[in-house]
Amino acid sequence: MWLEPREHVSVAVRVLAPVAAVVASLALCAVLIAWTGTGVIQAYGLLFQGALGSQFALAETLTRATPLMLTGLAVAVAFRAKLWNIGAEGQLYAGALVAVLLGSGPLELPAWALLPVVLVAGALAGSVLLIGPTVLKTRFGVDEVVTTLLLNFIVLLFVSMMLEGPLKDPMGMGWPQSAPVLPEAELPKLIERSRLHWGLVLGVVASVVLWVINTRTVWGYEIKAVGANPRAAGFAGIAVNGVMLRVAMLSGGLAGLAGAVEIAGLRGYLTLDLSPGFGYSGIVVAMLAQLHPLAVVAASMFVAGIFVGADAMSRSVAVPNYIADVLVAVSLLCMLVAGFLVRYRIRWSGARAGRGN
Amino acid sequence: MHEVVLRLAGVTKRFGALVANDDISLELRRGEVMALLGENGAGKTTLMNILFGHYVADEGSIEAFGKPLPGGSPKAALAAGICMVHQHFTLADNLSVLDNVILGTEPLWRFRSDRGAAAAKLSALAERFGLTVDPAASVGSLSVGERQRVEILKALYRDARILILDEPTAVLTPQESELLFATLKLLTAEGLGVIFISHKMNEVMAASDTVGVLRGGKLVAVRRTAETDRSELAELMIGRTLKAPAVEPMEPAEPVLTLAGVTVRAARGMLDRADLVVRRHQIVGIAGVSGNGQAALADLVSGLGVPNDGRLEVFGKPVVVAGPLEMVRRGVARIPEDRHATGLVGDMTVWENLIAERVRLPEFSRFGFLRRDAARARAREVIKDYDVRCPGPDAVSRLLSGGNMQKLILGRTLSYKPGLILANQPTRGLDVGAVAYVHEQLLAARRAGAGVLLISEDLDELLALADQVAVIHRGRLSPLMPRAAVTVRQLGLAMAGHWEELPDVA
Repeated sequence: MWLEPREHVSVAVRVLAPVAAVVASLALCAVLIAWTGTGVIQAYGLLFQGALGSQFALAETLTRATPLMLTGLAVAVAFRAKLWNIGAEGQLYAGALVAVLLGSGPLELPAWALLPVVLVAGALAGSVLLIGPTVLKTRFGVDEVVTTLLLNFIVLLFVSMMLEGPLKDPMGMGWPQSAPVLPEAELPKLIERSRLHWGLVLGVVASVVLWVINTRTVWGYEIKAVGANPRAAGFAGIAVNGVMLRVAMLSGGLAGLAGAVEIAGLRGYLTLDLSPGFGYSGIVVAMLAQLHPLAVVAASMFVAGIFVGADAMSRSVAVPNYIADVLVAVSLLCMLVAGFLVRYRIRWSGARAGRGN
Repeated sequence: MHEVVLRLAGVTKRFGALVANDDISLELRRGEVMALLGENGAGKTTLMNILFGHYVADEGSIEAFGKPLPGGSPKAALAAGICMVHQHFTLADNLSVLDNVILGTEPLWRFRSDRGAAAAKLSALAERFGLTVDPAASVGSLSVGERQRVEILKALYRDARILILDEPTAVLTPQESELLFATLKLLTAEGLGVIFISHKMNEVMAASDTVGVLRGGKLVAVRRTAETDRSELAELMIGRTLKAPAVEPMEPAEPVLTLAGVTVRAARGMLDRADLVVRRHQIVGIAGVSGNGQAALADLVSGLGVPNDGRLEVFGKPVVVAGPLEMVRRGVARIPEDRHATGLVGDMTVWENLIAERVRLPEFSRFGFLRRDAARARAREVIKDYDVRCPGPDAVSRLLSGGNMQKLILGRTLSYKPGLILANQPTRGLDVGAVAYVHEQLLAARRAGAGVLLISEDLDELLALADQVAVIHRGRLSPLMPRAAVTVRQLGLAMAGHWEELPDVA
């Protein structure tokens, strides 16, 4: 068995590959579902219903997709420059922490200015958190996978400390949670009587802006060049380290914004279970989207739909909602395999001796 | 005539529509050195990969020592006594010479290896063939020539009867190459058959008994080396006659590049009190074995480094703030040593690569937005003017051939009528046609008034093009000598550090 690079890949194959990957992962997980003794069609039907079947379900899915979209974009922009930011989770909490700090009342600001300040400050907090590992990488060659990953735990413990101490809500009946943000610091709802808020619009706009940056601007050009071949980029006169820092600001900022948006749009106050791993799922989203900003929107909705749908399904049949984690993980693997098969064709040894064509 | 040890009959290999090897039949005899000559893409390496079992031929058969060789199995090739020394060595830098040699020859499940016997066998081989190298030395500390010796020892250790060398001299000094050829003579005297791949005419003439010439996947001729000559082989190889570039005499004008006592201490290499002047209408060649300070010199002119000491002037003005963009703005064209690693971003398109040096100039961007139409239009011009063979501006650069990549780089820089050109190994790895094209372009630029700094390891190239030549060794630059005053032999010795051989250099 050996591999042969494909010379021409048609658009249809490129589009169909992710679809085939999703179908394959559903088929693989069907085995697990059948194992629990539940009808596969019934289980998937419930999952689909729970994710998209009603206005409520759809709103829930989109609400869940909002932070995934932002962390997915954060990872996509960083990975494009080969800055392996595994720290979106920590950056998200840093953004949320700053959002709560500023949003809960210490600032004397006109009412209209509070929300933008909270969001921008949250984004900046995420940026600052990624600058350290990036400088360590460009200056001293420290592996950013390690530093950004470990910073996640540091940030989470720091948030925990703050919630048990200075930020603890006096009205919170002893729970480790912060005081809520002021009403002026809240993002308005997108649909009345749902949890869906304007953060979704922010996420979609961010993905379009990022796509424009990637394809139309000098910045995007430089990010692509630095990611694909830093030596050639440096030779041509692109300031490689400067580009890396800019990417870090952008990536950390998007992840920080995800945290601030969750606070301002959904939760209102900070707890330690703000994120069920949105930062890490952002990596999955970005990989599913093959780092394309517009595809991140679709990928985040897919992942969110699986999670929301699996929750609903597990309430009706004997399939635990952990199936969502398995489904997302399997779909990522299938996606990677599909991406590989788009680029290469497998030949079995018999075929190699025959006429190549 | 000795017996035939290797026989290829009707070997054909296709990759899609491309016929890489077309019905090739040839014979190698015991004790014979056969050179396989051909341009890049002529099918030499494919043929050797079929022989060694990396590929399977679509048609045809191979016999080694009278027995058919099963295709697609390097193991079978090794068992039949066929060993290959690749152009890019396959050695582990962090292991010793001895470990590298015995690596893969011992079964995994034996706990202790018989290093004593292995060391004895290795030193016996080394002595017999004059391949002196310290078995305990770490491979990472060896010179390129020594590494090649280790590769050959590795093959001999495995009892090679047929040795295949892929472009063995690409990385050697002329003296090291001569040593290699002397070794090959010893090997063939012991009854080995040797095939070496090359596109350098003089080596083929010096070191082979027979020559097979490949062109476009076909074996167009097999000649006894003694019965042919360079010009016949060149014609067979490229399918037409090729004139040596005509270097018309020109009066050098004002200096475009001046180094006065320049010292550089950098990780990429050092320069030690170097003096150099390049003038308009002049090509100045720098000869030397790679790793003797060429990188530091090239970095200075590229804008990637500044002198630690001494004076660097470009167009008569000192360089204070270095930077690639600064050099490009001043009118310096830079052709880097390695087109793949530093010249182009392989995953970007032709038009994206074309604007790489000037993306921040108003020509290609406005308010931070790319002027993509202008860039594509520029790309179409360069593709046409420099005859870059590619599907269009949106083709991915990685898919271009080496020659077309180099044309792309030439187009990127030379189309701006530069006053100073840094050409660092501009023809390395290119085929004869592309080499001629690069040479023409450099000479045209010289005619138009540019000064060219030509760094090359190819002495024939330097002596064909350069008005003046200097040798670089351990960061020291020899004084400039007019081309007519030096010979290949003198340059080769000076490259190895024997300065006294140079005329007028004490």
